Amino acid sequence: MIERIANHPLLQLFLAHIRELVREPGVIFWGIVFPILMSLGLGVAFTQKKEVVSRIAVVASGPEKAGQPSPGGRLSALFTTRHAVLERNSQGEWVRKIRVADGKLGTTIFVFSEMKWEEAMVLLKRGTLNLVYGETAGMPRYHFDPMNPDAQLTYLKLSRLIGTDGPAPPSTAGDVEPLTVTGTRYIDFLVPGLIAMGVMMSSLWGVSYAIIERRSKKLLRRMVATPMRRSHFLLALISVRVLMNFVEAGLLFLFAWLVFGITVQGSVAALLVLFAAGNFVFAGIGILTASRTAKTEVGNGLINAISMPMMVLSGVFFSYHNFPEWSIAYIRAMPLTMLADGLRSIMTVGAGFAQVGLPALVLAVTGLVLFTAGMKMFRWH
Amino acid sequence: MNDHPVIEVRNVRKSFKAVQAVKGIDLTIPSGQFVALLGPNGAGKTTLVEMVEGIQKPDEGEILIFGKPWKGNEKYLRNLIGLSLQETHFIDKLTTFETLRLFASFFSIGKDRREEVLNMVGLEEKRKAYVVNLSGGQRQRLALGIAILNQPRILLLDEPTTGLDPNARREIWDILLKLKAGRNTSMILTTHYMEEAEQLCDYIVIIDQGRILKEGSLDELLNGLPELPTKPSDTRRATLDDLFTFLTGRHLND
Repeated sequence: MIERIANHPLLQLFLAHIRELVREPGVIFWGIVFPILMSLGLGVAFTQKKEVVSRIAVVASGPEKAGQPSPGGRLSALFTTRHAVLERNSQGEWVRKIRVADGKLGTTIFVFSEMKWEEAMVLLKRGTLNLVYGETAGMPRYHFDPMNPDAQLTYLKLSRLIGTDGPAPPSTAGDVEPLTVTGTRYIDFLVPGLIAMGVMMSSLWGVSYAIIERRSKKLLRRMVATPMRRSHFLLALISVRVLMNFVEAGLLFLFAWLVFGITVQGSVAALLVLFAAGNFVFAGIGILTASRTAKTEVGNGLINAISMPMMVLSGVFFSYHNFPEWSIAYIRAMPLTMLADGLRSIMTVGAGFAQVGLPALVLAVTGLVLFTAGMKMFRWH
Repeated sequence: MNDHPVIEVRNVRKSFKAVQAVKGIDLTIPSGQFVALLGPNGAGKTTLVEMVEGIQKPDEGEILIFGKPWKGNEKYLRNLIGLSLQETHFIDKLTTFETLRLFASFFSIGKDRREEVLNMVGLEEKRKAYVVNLSGGQRQRLALGIAILNQPRILLLDEPTTGLDPNARREIWDILLKLKAGRNTSMILTTHYMEEAEQLCDYIVIIDQGRILKEGSLDELLNGLPELPTKPSDTRRATLDDLFTFLTGRHLND
């Protein structure tokens, strides 16, 4: 009886696939260690308060009167009131620094370098300057690209500091209430996205590429020349991948819980169902992608063509709401967006089946349709 | 099963786009016979074997295995056939034994036979070695071991020794000669080494450009040579290469 179970083709196929996986050190690194490092890197980068450095070029006046650099009256006054420090930067040039500490918004360091207009334009193009400042008849002139959010922020901060009437910033109404509770930090946004992306990448490479590689090595052909059931082969391959996806996502979540205190605020059951549906849809995409080609180079291209747009558009790292309004509906229809949004809403907003039931169903049905289409076209040799 | 020839190929044709790979071949193989399909690269040998294997469908003609067509009998026939393809790569990071065990599971083959095969192909010492670390000859022996796991009635070997050094080739031949002595298996072997055909096979079919040029036992074929196109002082024995040159004006390994 034990021998019969141990010798079952499905079990032997499952073991073969899993052995192949765990014996490849790269799989462990890219599947498990890399996402954790990415969450650590990005999580730390965007979660900890850090000093923001704004670099400002000080020119004597506007472009039409580029001449001898000199700070101008308002700026000189600011240097005095804010105790600007004169020091050499890494290139050995003299710069003035003003440090504006804020317990809530973090510290901003303004670095002022005096230079000619032309020089400032070169540095602006290189992206090493945020803004160019000059004064004409005692009035501040701010030169920057209004489409650049960094430049805009520097302008807002600096203009507030300099003021229009005098060096003291006008006091503003209202107060800033920093939000650092779980669920609103960048890491809370990032981790569900990374989990969703992990499922996509791992399924596409693990299912698609594995099939294409076996086809190119004629191993598929050799296998179907035996009485092996084709369904056993695919079932084993997909199950191994789903199992790995659960392990990878579990470890990433464990890490995020230990280091960043991330929790699941909504229904764990809904999370598992949605995760399984996500696995299903990407396995379906994987089978369809791998259904015809025997060239690994083509497989490589196909997988990138499918995964890259979703990685960029689906809001894994940053919200897709910055994309044009007309594109949002399309982006939302992408499987990765559905999975990432769903996971995010369960983990951070406390959603349950009522909110993610429909996306999970859509993903599962899409997976089934793609899987069936893939099998219709499938070439075993 | 015994009333029928093991393999019957009747007027089979196969084209790939504009290329006619097989242009009307008839071939009958009785039980226990070892047949060599000899011909240069691109002669149509592999296509013919793939059709016998059931992997390619003939455009015209019919192929019967033990009197049965592939259609509708696939599962039954797969259990009777063992094969080794040109350039099959098994899974790199599986051991020799794990690979054998995987394929054994498809045929529900137990431990005793797995060990016996490992022994037959001389890979006991390599049972724990990853496939990726095996030499070319060892990989071919593993492929052969997998082909004979199910004690097939028909063994189809597509260029089993291509790219191997003479020692490794000899090892494969020894295994096949032992199998031949058992008289239970019929074999089709494609090769472009005439020595291989001479050593292993009772019946030789010379194929070129999708057609059978000549077929028969080694003696029949060589006796049929009217005159060796060599100098009168040359006393060497005529070979299949001479025959091929006589028939086509080219050499087998061209």
